[in-house]
Amino acid sequence: MAFEVSSELEKKIDEVITHYPVSKRSAVLPLLHLIQHEFRYIQDEAVNWVAAKLGLEPIQVLEVVTFYPGFRQNAPGKYHIRVCRTLSCAMAGSYELMDALCAATKIDRSHADHHHPISVSADGKYSIEFAECLASCGFGPVCMVEDDFHEKVDVSKVGELLAKYPV
Amino acid sequence: MMASAITYLPGKEPHVREHRLIFKNIDRVGYDPSIECYEQNGGYVQLKKAFTMARADITNEVKKSGLRGRGGAGFPTGVKWGFIPPTNTKPVYIICNADESEPGTFKDRYILHQDPHQLLEGMIIACFAVGAKLGYIYIREEFPMAAIIVEKAIAEAHAKGYLGKNIQGSGFDCELYVHRGAGAYICGEETGLIESLEGKRPYPRIKPPYFPAALGLYMCPTIVNNVESLCHVKHILEMGGETYAKLGTPNNTGTRILCVSGDVVNPGYFEVEVGKVTMGEVIDVLCGGLKPGRKLKAIIPGGSSAKVLRADEVFKLKDGRELTIMDIPMDFDTMAACGSMAGSGGVIIMDDSRSMSWVINNLNNFYAHESCGQCTPCREGSLWMKKISDRIVAGTASPDDVDTLESVANQIEGKTICAFGEACSWPTQSFIKKFGDELKGDCKPELAGKVVAEEGAIAAAGLVAV
Repeated sequence: MAFEVSSELEKKIDEVITHYPVSKRSAVLPLLHLIQHEFRYIQDEAVNWVAAKLGLEPIQVLEVVTFYPGFRQNAPGKYHIRVCRTLSCAMAGSYELMDALCAATKIDRSHADHHHPISVSADGKYSIEFAECLASCGFGPVCMVEDDFHEKVDVSKVGELLAKYPV
Repeated sequence: MMASAITYLPGKEPHVREHRLIFKNIDRVGYDPSIECYEQNGGYVQLKKAFTMARADITNEVKKSGLRGRGGAGFPTGVKWGFIPPTNTKPVYIICNADESEPGTFKDRYILHQDPHQLLEGMIIACFAVGAKLGYIYIREEFPMAAIIVEKAIAEAHAKGYLGKNIQGSGFDCELYVHRGAGAYICGEETGLIESLEGKRPYPRIKPPYFPAALGLYMCPTIVNNVESLCHVKHILEMGGETYAKLGTPNNTGTRILCVSGDVVNPGYFEVEVGKVTMGEVIDVLCGGLKPGRKLKAIIPGGSSAKVLRADEVFKLKDGRELTIMDIPMDFDTMAACGSMAGSGGVIIMDDSRSMSWVINNLNNFYAHESCGQCTPCREGSLWMKKISDRIVAGTASPDDVDTLESVANQIEGKTICAFGEACSWPTQSFIKKFGDELKGDCKPELAGKVVAEEGAIAAAGLVAV
C-alpha cells in the first residue's frame, strides 16, 4: 500500500501533537497508532514521515516500532486476531483455541517466532498471533479480533466467532 | 440524589461479603459511562469540595486514610504525593497507570470501560492536591475501547468545566490526555512508563536518582498512580481519611478488588475490605469452591510475579500465628509475612490437575517475552529460564537443569535496574522451592551430567571454533 497521508489523517495527527506541549517526541506512539490504524502496519516511509513530522531522526522512531509488540512492520490479514497466551487463559484452553482458530482460518503458524509473531492466511483474510495477558483472566480463554474483545471463547464457538467477521 | 435502589445485571450481583466503593457502579442496571449519569449519582461533588480545601489538607487526608497503592507495590499513596520536593519550582505532572498487564489482574478495565468519570474525578483531585496542571492516562494498547471511552469522558468533563481553565471558578487549570501504550508489560513499571510517554523505548530508569516524584516526566516531579488508587481518592475525600481507614484492617486499610482466576467454580472480581476475608473464603465463599472432585495444589496470590504458595504449607509468623494457606487474610502485610505478596490483587488458583512444570514454563515464556533487554542478567536470564523450562516440559531436560534454572534465577534477582528482575525470578525460585521434586520428576534421570541442550551444544561448538 502506498504511503500517502491524507489531509484528514494529518489533521488528526496535528491535533494529537498538541497533547504534548512540552515535547513533540512524546507524540511518537500516538502518531504510530494513527498511522497503523489507517495503513494496517508501519512501513519504512511511515517511519521517515513521523520522524520528519516530529523533528526526530528516523532511528528514534524505528527503535520504538521495533520494540513494542503493538506495532507491526508487515501487513496483517484483513482481520487480525490476538489470542491471550498467558497462564490463566492457557489454563482455560487458549492453546487449544489458537489451534482451532488456525484450523478454521487455514493459518500455518509453524514459522512464527519472537521476531515474526504474526502469521497470515494464504488468502490474506486473517492473521493471528499470541498476545501476552489481555487482562480478563477470570473469563478465559480470551481473544481480540481487531479492536473487539471476546471472552470465554470455547473452541466449539470458533465458527460462530469468525462468522462475525465476513471476508 | 436518586432514591431508587441499586440493582445489578443478572448473574453479576456483588457477593454479600463484598464491600463496594470503587466497583459500586460496575455491572449496574441503567448505569452508563456518561457524565450525566455520573453526576446524577453524586459525581464531581468531591472535586468541588476539594477546591474548598487547602491542598496540603487533601494530601493529609490521603495519608490518614492509609491508602496503599493498588498497582502492585502497595506503597502508601499519600506518602508518595508528599515526596515532591517542597522547594520544587518545576511543573508537576500526574500519570495514571492504566497499563494493567500483570497476569492474573483484571480490575482497571472495568473502571475504564464502565465508570471513567470516577477515575477522572479522583485524578483531578490528585492534580489539584499536588499542583499538577497536566496529566496523562497511560492506557494499554489492548484496551482500545477504553481509550475511546475515557477520551469521550475527558471531553465531557471539559464541556462541564471540570477540566480546562479555571475549573469550577477555583482558579485552577488542568488538562488530562489519554496516551496509549503499545503492548509492552514493562510500561507498567513507572519509570519505563515515563520513558514510553516521552516517546522512547520503555527502558526503566535507575533509582536513585530518578525517583519520579523528584525527576519524572521531562525530568520534573511526577506522580504515577494506579487507576484503582486514584479512584479511592474520591472516596477518601467523601468519607474523610480517618473514617476510610476504619475499613479493612490496621495498616491495610480500605477496600481492594481481588481478581480471581484459574480452577474455581466462579472466577471473577470481588471488592472486599482489605484483610477481612481469608484465602479460604475467597475460594469457598466468593468463588464457589474448587471444581468438583479436585484438590487445591497451589496459589499465586498477587499477580504472576508473586511467589507461589503450596496448598499444604503452614506459615509460622513472627507474631506467633500459625496459618494454613486457607487462613491467610487477604492483606498486604500477612501475605508478605507468608513469603509472597498481595501485589496487584490477582489470585490464580491451581488444582491437582495442573503440572507445575507447565505452569512455571508458561510464566517463564511471559517474562522472556516481556524483558525490555536493558539489563544483561534479566535479558539473558529470562530467556534461559524459558529455554530450560521449555525442556522440562518437553521431557528433554536433565535433573541438573532444575539446579541450573534456580541458579539463573538467583543471578537475576537484585541485579537489575528495575523490579522486573525480581518479578521474573521470584516465580521460578518459588516454584523450585515449593515444587522442585515435581520439576525434577519431569526431567530424564538418564540425561544427568550430559549436555542436553541443543543451544548448549551450539555454544560449546562456538567456543571450540574460536
